[in-house]
Amino acid sequence: MKAIESFEVPVPPKVNYINAQYGLKSWLLTKDHKRIALLYLGSITFFFFIGGLYAMMIRLELLTPQGDLLQSTTYNKVFTQHGIIMIFFFLIPSIPATLGNFLIPMMIGAKDLAFPRINLLSWYIYLAGGVITIYALLAGGVDTGWTFYTPFSTTFSNSYVVATGLGIFINGFSSILTGLNFIVTIHTMRAPGMTWFRMPLFCWSLYATSLIFILGTPVIAITILLLAFERVARVGIFDPALGGDPILFQHLFWFYSHPAVYIMVLPSMGVVSELIANFSRKNIFGYGFVAFSSLAIAVFGFLVWGHHLFVSSQSVYAGMIFSFLSFAVAIPSAIKVFNWTATLYKSSISYDTPMLYALGFIGLFTVGGMTGLFLASLAVDVHLSDTYFVVAHFHYIMVGGALMGYLGGLHYWWPKISGRMYPEGWGRFSALVIFVGFNLTFLPQFVAGYLGMPRRYHAYPPEFQVFNVLSTAGASILGFGMLIPAIYFVWSMRYGKHAEANPWNLPGLEWRTASPPPTENFEVTPIVTWEAYEFAPPEETEVVGKFRPELERI
Amino acid sequence: MQSYIPLVPDSASTFSWRVDALYFYLSGVTLFFALLISAVLIFFVIRYRRRTPYEIPRPVAGSHKLETLWTVIPFVIAMTMFVWGAQIYFDQYKPPANAIEVYVVGKQWMWKLQHATGQREINELHIPVGRKIKLIMTSEDVIHDFFVPAFRTKADVVPGKYTTLWFEATTPGTYHLFCAEYCGMNHSGMTGSVIVMEPREFDNWLSGNTGSMTPATAGQQLYQTLGCASCHGANGEGGRGPTLAGAFGKMASLQSGQSVVVDEVYVRESILNPQAKIVAGFGPIMPTFQGQISEDQLMQLVAYIKSLQATGPPAAATAPSPTRNIK
Repeated sequence: MKAIESFEVPVPPKVNYINAQYGLKSWLLTKDHKRIALLYLGSITFFFFIGGLYAMMIRLELLTPQGDLLQSTTYNKVFTQHGIIMIFFFLIPSIPATLGNFLIPMMIGAKDLAFPRINLLSWYIYLAGGVITIYALLAGGVDTGWTFYTPFSTTFSNSYVVATGLGIFINGFSSILTGLNFIVTIHTMRAPGMTWFRMPLFCWSLYATSLIFILGTPVIAITILLLAFERVARVGIFDPALGGDPILFQHLFWFYSHPAVYIMVLPSMGVVSELIANFSRKNIFGYGFVAFSSLAIAVFGFLVWGHHLFVSSQSVYAGMIFSFLSFAVAIPSAIKVFNWTATLYKSSISYDTPMLYALGFIGLFTVGGMTGLFLASLAVDVHLSDTYFVVAHFHYIMVGGALMGYLGGLHYWWPKISGRMYPEGWGRFSALVIFVGFNLTFLPQFVAGYLGMPRRYHAYPPEFQVFNVLSTAGASILGFGMLIPAIYFVWSMRYGKHAEANPWNLPGLEWRTASPPPTENFEVTPIVTWEAYEFAPPEETEVVGKFRPELERI
Repeated sequence: MQSYIPLVPDSASTFSWRVDALYFYLSGVTLFFALLISAVLIFFVIRYRRRTPYEIPRPVAGSHKLETLWTVIPFVIAMTMFVWGAQIYFDQYKPPANAIEVYVVGKQWMWKLQHATGQREINELHIPVGRKIKLIMTSEDVIHDFFVPAFRTKADVVPGKYTTLWFEATTPGTYHLFCAEYCGMNHSGMTGSVIVMEPREFDNWLSGNTGSMTPATAGQQLYQTLGCASCHGANGEGGRGPTLAGAFGKMASLQSGQSVVVDEVYVRESILNPQAKIVAGFGPIMPTFQGQISEDQLMQLVAYIKSLQATGPPAAATAPSPTRNIK
């Protein structure tokens, strides 16, 4: 009680970042990180909607074993475009470009990101990549799978491979610029007293994500460029008929695309750390371990790409090393899960919507992570490669993990972003519907996968139908659940209850300014004298058993 | 339709139960931890629910001992999975020496197979129970993948190289054959069956399906018509080119000072890209046959060279004189 009461919350000013200026131009030329975050929010939501439509088409087609709804060429384009849109244009920018953009300066007590113009540029680059990709889809689409495996993509596919590749290539620069901006901002723009270890864990996770953006994205850019050289100019790089090596492409592709999985899930882990601590009013158990496990995941994530090549004719010894490293990279994730759980011990847990998403995340991410061990395990992976088990596994990470964290974070910070409250009852209801729908969609796919149902199949043997019917039923529930927040978020912008500056009673810096915040974020630059998640004075800290306290005042 | 939902596919090879055992171990550990985490979460969420709006729990200090505990235990468990999986993997991808060989060519969107005895099959593979079968596979176009769920094994079929897959069937029956690597328009139609038969039945099937040449015989004809004989000798005894008879499976010393095992991959490479690895003592005089022969024909040539026994003149006689090196 005492700690919360002592927070100084300024009287909400009449002018905030939303109403400071009016007109389309004021948005399209804004350098305010919060407005840019909203530009991103609008655009990724648009792409999420398209990706979701593709998902529904896939699930409807797979309702029956025969390929009866779509032609096989159409189906191949639909699942390819579902992957490309969801990964490159929704999941990768999702949390960093929206919540990260909005919150990193606010969490560390800065007025903006280090390079506001570059921040705006990154959105325009994203938009350019998106427009080119949409053009490719409208012109005829692409059918290579989001993985673009050669020589199919370079020699055999008759679809818009180069145009789509160009869209992804350009979009990559937006990631690089965002990562650069975050790293410089976190290094140089922390408010007085905001030491590294006082930063919210969300900042740590986005710092780790930014490292991957900067180190990994150039590799996918180079790979796409080589692919285009071969497809357009017939330079022999990947196609053996031209003297190339098709497996080389897979190495290059996964060198980026495996770390890209961590780009998608690390920010979500950061959000969940915030939610768990703040909705249980407890400092995170093992702050340092959670922070450094993010960095460990970012670094070791670069060393495991070969686990996508266990059946590709890669050497068995390389396979063994990649298997070992893949098991090793699972450990930092396990550490996070245990620390989140331990945080809840003797805490004060609220059942608000963001917390429901956080709890759902922990459960689903545990399943997603542990089924990853099946695929890291060489012999089992030989059987499971390219089956629905893999599809289920990565959806548990990307939807059960990344998307749940994103939705949880969006609810949590919605009062700060919009100045309005979302309807709590509908929020809880939709979180529950999404959780049930998600599990019904993807749990059956684990079983279908072990039974041998291959992925990317337009038609399938009838014995797999029961699993596909369950999946499609689940997907309908999931899709319905997703529509609810889409509706009430828009509704709340006009009709929602006005949010207080600190509606959740929390100590974080972003809550010590108005909702929505002024353009400068803070009236005066804050001076930080407290630890992250300091709900009560540190003198009251409980030491577990005889263990040495880790929490020391700096 | 079955009245129950199975958890594992048909088990029909010596790998099946081994992979299933590891799968059940992994599933057990996953269920244990998923249920443990869920149970603890649910317990905490109920036990420590917020009772009054302004309550503040005491902060907690972390614990290095607990962190160590939940780092080391998962790591040890993960290592058991790693070692167990690697052991089976090495067996899956190490074909035994005494296996029956079948040649497989994948193309959009069909499987072409040929037995060493000459029988050809499309999208079907007949094999006897209890015998080790080794597939030597390549693709004419894009990457495919030969996947038999009932055997719990698969391998990519890659254009431009040979990959191998082996298994020993244990139970007669008809099993799914899938292409598991996305290969374009009719990917999901690139399926077939593996028919496992009792050995006697299989022999009947073999004898009832004669009529085509064995790959080795077809390879011998190609060897003559393509003019291989002019340099490598009518029966592979060598000449301006290295001796082929008896060379297969042995080491060959290269011009570069390295050495290489003469296997399917090396023979294939030497036909398509003869300058890549030249045998010591020979000049780079062989032309490439890239684009002139199909993958089927390549496999026949490989089968023929493999069949050549060292019956020609002694190796010394084929040693080239320096004058034969044409620069």
